[in-house]
Amino acid sequence: MRFGGLEALQELSLNFQPQKIAAIIGPNGAGKTTLLNAISGIYPADEGEIYFLGQPISQLSPHQIAQLGINRTFQQVQLFTNLNVLENVMVGLHPRTKSGFLSGLFHLPREREEEHWIRKQAQEALEFFGLLTKADWPATSLSMAEQKKVEMARALANEPKLLMLDEPVAGLNLREMEAMAAMLLKLKEKGQTIVLVEHNMDLVMSIADWVIVLNHGTKIAEGVPAEVQRNERVIAAYLGSG
Amino acid sequence: MGKNNKTFLFLLAILILIFPWAVRNNYFLMVLNVAALNFIVVIGLNLLMGYAGQISLGQGAFFGLGAYLTAIFTVTLGLPLWPAMGLSLLITALVAYIIGVPTLKLEGHYLVMATLGFNVITYILSIQLEPVTGGPSGFAGIPRLQIGGLILDSDKKMYFLLWAVSLLVFILSLNLIHSRVGRALAALSHNEIVAKCAGIPTENYKIKIFVFSAFLASLAGALYAHYFTFISPGTFSFFYSIQVVTMVLVGGIGSLWGSLCGAILLTVLPELLHPVKEYNVLIYGLILMLILVFFPRGLLPVLVGTLWGKKA
Amino acid sequence: MTFTAQFLQFLISGLTTGSTYSLIAIGFSLIHNATGIVNFAQGEFVMLGGMFMITFYTFSHLPMIVSFILTLISVAAVGFLLEYGPIRRAKSKDILILVMITVGASITIKGLSMIIWGKNPLNLPPFSGEDPFLFWGAAVMPQSLWIFGLTLGMVFTLHYFLKNTMVGKAMRAVAASRRSALLTGIPVNRMILLSFTISGALGAAAGIMLTPITTTSYDVGAMLGLKGFSAAILGGYGSMPGAVWGGLLLGVFESLSAGFISSEYKDVVAFLILLIILFFKPSGLLGQGKIKRV
Repeated sequence: MRFGGLEALQELSLNFQPQKIAAIIGPNGAGKTTLLNAISGIYPADEGEIYFLGQPISQLSPHQIAQLGINRTFQQVQLFTNLNVLENVMVGLHPRTKSGFLSGLFHLPREREEEHWIRKQAQEALEFFGLLTKADWPATSLSMAEQKKVEMARALANEPKLLMLDEPVAGLNLREMEAMAAMLLKLKEKGQTIVLVEHNMDLVMSIADWVIVLNHGTKIAEGVPAEVQRNERVIAAYLGSG
Repeated sequence: MGKNNKTFLFLLAILILIFPWAVRNNYFLMVLNVAALNFIVVIGLNLLMGYAGQISLGQGAFFGLGAYLTAIFTVTLGLPLWPAMGLSLLITALVAYIIGVPTLKLEGHYLVMATLGFNVITYILSIQLEPVTGGPSGFAGIPRLQIGGLILDSDKKMYFLLWAVSLLVFILSLNLIHSRVGRALAALSHNEIVAKCAGIPTENYKIKIFVFSAFLASLAGALYAHYFTFISPGTFSFFYSIQVVTMVLVGGIGSLWGSLCGAILLTVLPELLHPVKEYNVLIYGLILMLILVFFPRGLLPVLVGTLWGKKA
Repeated sequence: MTFTAQFLQFLISGLTTGSTYSLIAIGFSLIHNATGIVNFAQGEFVMLGGMFMITFYTFSHLPMIVSFILTLISVAAVGFLLEYGPIRRAKSKDILILVMITVGASITIKGLSMIIWGKNPLNLPPFSGEDPFLFWGAAVMPQSLWIFGLTLGMVFTLHYFLKNTMVGKAMRAVAASRRSALLTGIPVNRMILLSFTISGALGAAAGIMLTPITTTSYDVGAMLGLKGFSAAILGGYGSMPGAVWGGLLLGVFESLSAGFISSEYKDVVAFLILLIILFFKPSGLLGQGKIKRV
């Protein structure tokens, strides 16, 4: 992956195991968010290919990738501030539904039923995160932790095969972080495959099944948390000499 | 659609029905008829601007296209009225599709430029292609609308038709806004990349709403042609494109009720300004700038408070 | 007249109007690079250039050079006021809103001109007489040479200014990255103001040079602005050399099609080119292909 003259990601070979939590860590500028953006289809890959369930996806557009079952959250919470909390999650259900322009215009019975279903699904998703009571609130009136949950609910509404989270605990206090960690483990128990990019080592060490370390756009180590923690190259990278 | 909307729509329908009995002046009816036509165009444009976040400066071209095509089909080619109108609308929609596909992939101001360029081209063509369009002297003799045996040849008869049509378009558009597609459009107008990552086919939707807005503009144009039975190149004018954008902005981007007020207000205003026609252009420019600088969310939202927010 | 002579004639007249389109296009690029805005009032700057020149030179009988300078200053002031006023005071910084404000400004300026100068076309005498001289069979107006010379001079001055002076480099910094420029202490607002002011002067110059050839009236702004924009897009939006080449090419295409096909449709040529470029190569002929695909 190249930006101008800078190679942000080079020669990456990664595998994500289903129904496990994988964490991608690395110093700032290592290319972690770029990697997520490449997988989401926001940046087309310059060379090489990304495979999802056997299908090449690097030339697909982001919405096609979402429809295939990859959803994500962003480093800085990206809720649709012109919609309320419930509506944000309802948007997440878009790929699972079908009513188009004409049924929308004429408010056909099929569209009405589907809307009803969408609303119910979204409400259930909010309930999982304990936010159902705030369904009608404007998205911006929630706290940071709550907004992150809404963003996650939106991503999960699509029942994605792969959920990617970009720094899910950034900006949260200790208590909120522990709650988030518990939530992620609960999701894993339900069978969700999760990949997260994180800076917070405590979170990573406590919930990740597998850790991948990036530096300068390449993978410098991977393994279970305990191994990676002891890896010399990783330590060096974080200290700045790597 | 929400109880509020339904109540107000009902009240609006009653107001519309009562008006001609309360005001027996044909001139006012005519002005309101033009307002209804403008309302149809403005609804389409507002959906494009408020929900797809794009600006078109070419609605005048689509309006004119609807008008001229139906005139040519009915008069020159002798086609029956309603199929002719239908064909005009379809062709205009197709043209909009052709313009939209390449330009909607780019940043917003490319559509502005493309639609502007298109408007200028159609204006010039309407003047130059004299054998087809009648040139600068315009195109006369367009047949009036006819439903069954009833010929709509008075301002009053057209009033009921035009307001019925615009009310219908209004209702359909409100439906759209409150549907899955409407929600997707709202999301994409706020942040297109995030909307894409959520699974919304943004390019596809932008094109569809652009085509829809062109379709509505051409519908208004065709109705205009069969109402006034005479059209001229001015029907395509770039100034009209600016006027309808102003109407959207005055009413508030994203607010269809606001568009109703914007359309009526800015249709009546030039009539009031008639005695000072030289100042017409200047005043329009000043109003546009004033509103954009101080009330970028529209005049109406400020005046009426948050009642008329994006939900309307 | 032989074919080559005819061709040469059209070519030269095309290059002449093309040079003025280049100046207009550069004006667009300057403002767009500094702010991301497409300044719809650019065409009105051109119209005002002609109008002010007429006021100073023809009506007030001031010497030509004095009138020229006064006109540049006056229209530069209009550019200044546009940014300092509506654009800067605007409550919303949304680019599309700001673009629409420039649309409003262009209408306002047009309305004012209509009232001040009336609706009739006005004229300026050419700078140094009307007698054409022959250049390989083609008739060349002295005005054309003035236009080439002045445009060249302005382009080089601007180029030097942007490359070699502190202020010019500051402007380029703002164009490259507003945030970095702010962080390094560059008065971004002042640079933006400057870009509007210079664009005003450039537009005015184009208008002054164009008027003796095409006359002017209150409503020429829209068309000229659009053509200038077309030229800017043709050459690659945001690029200075692109603006110059775009303008020249547009002028030549227009002139050749007016001469060999039909003069009624010559305005259509500009917009057709605009549409074609937007459809097939939106980054323009000289563009880098960095158009933001959303």
